[in-house]
Amino acid sequence: MEMVPTSENVPEEIRRFVINSFLFGKDGADFSNDDSFLEKGIVDSTGILELIGFLEERFQIKVADEDLLPENLDSVNRVAAFVNQKRAG
Amino acid sequence: MRRDGRVGLAHRRLSIIDLAGGQQPMSNEDGSLWTTYNGEIFNYLELRKDLEARGHRFRTKSDTEVILHAYEEYGDSCVDRFNGQWAFAIWDARKARLFLSRDRLGVRPLFFTIADGHFIFASEIKAIFCHRAVPRAIDPEALDQVFTFWHTQPPRTIFRDVQIIPPGHSMAVEAGKVRSWPYWRLDYALNDAPVDEAALTAQLRELLVDATRLRLRADVPVGAYLSGGLDSTVITGIIKRFTDTPLKTFSVVFEDAEFDESGYQDEAIRHLETEHHQVKCTKADICRVFPDVIWHTETPILRTAPAPLFILSDLVRQHGYKVVLTGEGSDEMLGGYDLFKEAKIRRFWGAQPKSRCRPLLLKRLYPYMKNLQSQSDSYLRAFFHVDAEKLNDPLFSHIPRWDLTAKLKSFFSGDVLAALRARDAVADMRSALDTRFPTWTPFAQAQWLETTGLLPGYILSSQGDRMSMAHSVEGRFPFLDHRVVEFSSRLPPRLKMKGLDEKYLLKRAAKDLVPAAVLRRPKQPYRAPDAESFFAGGKAREEYVDELLSAKRLRDDGLFDPGSVSLLLEKVRRGRAIGVKDNMAFVGILSTQLCLAKFVEETGVN
Repeated sequence: MEMVPTSENVPEEIRRFVINSFLFGKDGADFSNDDSFLEKGIVDSTGILELIGFLEERFQIKVADEDLLPENLDSVNRVAAFVNQKRAG
Repeated sequence: MRRDGRVGLAHRRLSIIDLAGGQQPMSNEDGSLWTTYNGEIFNYLELRKDLEARGHRFRTKSDTEVILHAYEEYGDSCVDRFNGQWAFAIWDARKARLFLSRDRLGVRPLFFTIADGHFIFASEIKAIFCHRAVPRAIDPEALDQVFTFWHTQPPRTIFRDVQIIPPGHSMAVEAGKVRSWPYWRLDYALNDAPVDEAALTAQLRELLVDATRLRLRADVPVGAYLSGGLDSTVITGIIKRFTDTPLKTFSVVFEDAEFDESGYQDEAIRHLETEHHQVKCTKADICRVFPDVIWHTETPILRTAPAPLFILSDLVRQHGYKVVLTGEGSDEMLGGYDLFKEAKIRRFWGAQPKSRCRPLLLKRLYPYMKNLQSQSDSYLRAFFHVDAEKLNDPLFSHIPRWDLTAKLKSFFSGDVLAALRARDAVADMRSALDTRFPTWTPFAQAQWLETTGLLPGYILSSQGDRMSMAHSVEGRFPFLDHRVVEFSSRLPPRLKMKGLDEKYLLKRAAKDLVPAAVLRRPKQPYRAPDAESFFAGGKAREEYVDELLSAKRLRDDGLFDPGSVSLLLEKVRRGRAIGVKDNMAFVGILSTQLCLAKFVEETGVN
């Protein structure tokens, strides 16, 4: 079984997931960790669910319906902060 | 086959009217006119009577001969008198002129090209490719359109050197020149008369009964599709009530409850007492028939939904039937699609973007989409493009669909993207809108986009004519009788969708013809399992899937990026491709690769 990542490489893992699952390997270079998923058209309604599925499985956290907000989930850095906060709490 | 030096006409017939006498190519009495024709003119008996009164003499009982005499009498405008679905050419030897025409809504296909100084036409692209002078290549701009709208925009086809005559158009080839023109156009200008709902209900019913009656004309038995939805049940109900036709009906059922409608089918069968036959379509079936499906669609598709209809027409043919009536066209004409409802809600919300209640309507619209139910307003607003500034965009209704689909273009190869750099399919669409478009209601604008776009480009072709004709079964569509179309387009939108009650007037007009459960049921879009059909236990079910999507093959073919496709493939293989976008991408890429293999490279697959 894979190790649960430390908080330092959380953004990297999330970034890799987004690039592989939503961008299918493309646009890696011109996509920054602060870019909005919505503005860049990276996630659709199913994408949000895929992202949640990944976070819950990989980082062993529980995401509640009320967490489903762009404030938490709309960029690599926001997701990473959200994950770290969940794991701390 | 008929040759006269300058022109050759050929025909392969599916005999439905005047089995013995209707042989083609057919000429008039003195051999000055010759025709080859695919389709049906349903009012041929009335036309024939009129023509006989004007002195025309007939040798056969076919509708083909009626076309010839109608052309003799009325020239190019003969088509204005036709009620039907047709693609035909008439060689006028005296004028050395070829006249071609395609029905108003685009039921029957008519392709053409000019190669090596020849004008070549056929009802299938594969027939045109039999001429060695016709180059075979995929058109990147057409691919761009498919990966935006789900279909190409006529006259474009997926093949660079083959064109299609648009619905409602005629064409003349004369003195080395080709000219085409629209002989009919949709018009959504509202009726001036005060709205009398009861009278309109009666009128719609009368028109539908007559449209169905005309479409039962055949010298072979006629059956019907019964999907469990309102439209096909209405048509079957009309046949039952108003004619003596012994009724055989046909349907597809699915293993998966998400797609299956057999519960409603059973209700309809019990109520209408038809002799019913059904075929079960499994994921393995879809994967197995998919290469044959693409051989018949002759264009890439983004959904597998045509495949079960390919299997269904096989069932119909096995029962010895050549003709079926279906409910196609009702959603476009009478306001059934979720897309219309969605646009209405988005408009309603967009007018008050801060409202907390209005977004709830979107969740209610798609109860079966679990991914929407838990979304916050800010996400819904973004996904559905709810923005006060966009309310006046003429393409408002369709932008979310096209925008989502266009995301699939990220799978195109660098070469294809480079070729498309200066192109914008949606901008082209904007500039091709009917000049009267701005004068119509927003509801009618959405209807026009749907009726001139997806209906002929996908529903009637890839999912309709091509799937039924693959097994020599002819589909007939009472809702597409031009009298029904012209009547419906002039109705006020509130009679099509009252509040969020879709097809309001139709439900009123048909309430005693269909079981109450079908009348009241929530609308379910017809769908089939997509990407998941092609894999079992992490492996492709058929060799062709791996073969056509291998990195080497993709690189050699040059249309898609092998790296991106392999990541998608991996996601699908692991059962992780749950979204619409991934599914459309997979089916779109696989079907494009099949088009290449079957038509361009002729390497075949299987």
